[in-house]
Amino acid sequence: MVIRTQVPAIHHSTNEIWNLLEGLTDPEIPALTLREMGIIRHVEMIGKRQVIIAITPTYSGCPAMEQIHDDILSTLEAAGFQVEVRTQLAPAWTTDWLTEQAKDKLKSYGISPPNRLCSGPSSVEHPMYFLRYSKEVEKSVQCPHCSSNNTLESSRFGSTACKALYKCLDCTEPFDYFKPY
Amino acid sequence: MPHFAYVLHLADNCIILGQRNAQWCGNGPILEEDIAMANNSLDLIGQARMLYQYAAELKGGLATEDSLAYFRDAHDFKNYTLLELPHYGPLVGYAVENLDYSVTIVRNFLFSTLMVLMWEKLQHSKDTRLAAIAAKSLKEVRYHLRHAHDWLVRFGDGTHESQARAQAALNHLMPYTQEFWIQAPFETAAYNANIGIDTLDLKKDWTSLVGDTLNEANLMTPPGGGYLTSGKLGLHSEHLSYLLGEMQSIARAHPDGVW
Repeated sequence: MVIRTQVPAIHHSTNEIWNLLEGLTDPEIPALTLREMGIIRHVEMIGKRQVIIAITPTYSGCPAMEQIHDDILSTLEAAGFQVEVRTQLAPAWTTDWLTEQAKDKLKSYGISPPNRLCSGPSSVEHPMYFLRYSKEVEKSVQCPHCSSNNTLESSRFGSTACKALYKCLDCTEPFDYFKPY
Repeated sequence: MPHFAYVLHLADNCIILGQRNAQWCGNGPILEEDIAMANNSLDLIGQARMLYQYAAELKGGLATEDSLAYFRDAHDFKNYTLLELPHYGPLVGYAVENLDYSVTIVRNFLFSTLMVLMWEKLQHSKDTRLAAIAAKSLKEVRYHLRHAHDWLVRFGDGTHESQARAQAALNHLMPYTQEFWIQAPFETAAYNANIGIDTLDLKKDWTSLVGDTLNEANLMTPPGGGYLTSGKLGLHSEHLSYLLGEMQSIARAHPDGVW
């Protein structure tokens, strides 16, 4: 399987910025940094101490976006930078951008990571196919606690927009599943 | 700006159903569904924000996402009438508190099916901003559709009571979907500019997908026809003003409030 990681490449001139941003985590999933989530799309120096940061929302109604915006601003300003944070919509954020390392972190945090890529063949993604055959597209979800695949969806929507609620039929623990998006 | 009205129509659809479904927050039939409907509303209101922000830029002047959402009256809203209706069927509701989840599910199903097909096409709009919003919204509305589809099958293929209620909700709401297929002048203008789509091009797939699910759910497709609503032209039912009255009250009471 080809694992496509689309974490933006780190350029030398922006190293200091990326290092500062590395301390910032997703307010709702503190196990992952903003970089690992793929929320920071672009860092550009426009002067010696002036920088533009492009971020992209995960879900369109994600209430954490303003917090993320403020966190970036205050962190970089405290380090003496002049910052502009822009929101970028395209390309739309996808869980395909989560690195394998990020998925491992999610699992140890108790969240089952997305079990498939979203950028499948377009025929599978077509709405007609999607609704008629969605059960066949969906693979079983692994329990992050005992790694059993014998799990059951309790609710397609969970504690945050990006998660579904599952329970494990072997260890009987409930858990969150990070939905492929 | 030929497509300001078009973007506003899409935004109004999202916010009105988002606000309507948010009524379940704290009132859900079971905890999981309470959470599901709150999530569904969060997505729709998020989509509405992206669209209102864009519409405000197209309009220019002092327009903002907030002025468009909170400081327009019912006749300026361009949402489908379907989306503003209360959560009860035509004969069972006496008060807003009479909530019937089958009405909620049937409406979400009919609308999400349309939006999955519409966002899919709008991803290729000549307007790159609208295309970007479409690509994001599509991912979310697919989950809404699957949620509504699964519950509709459970209701239709469930008990006598759940089947009867789902059928009643379907008979009640189906005539309102006729509005999907009649082009408003702003839709024609957006279509001619390669920005919008002709919804009539979606009708075949929509009818086929809806038919599939109704079959699976042992529900009868209601006969066509009935009164043709024109919510997107600003001619609404009596229910929209009450919905807006609640939604806009805080912003209007504190017009310069910032929080």
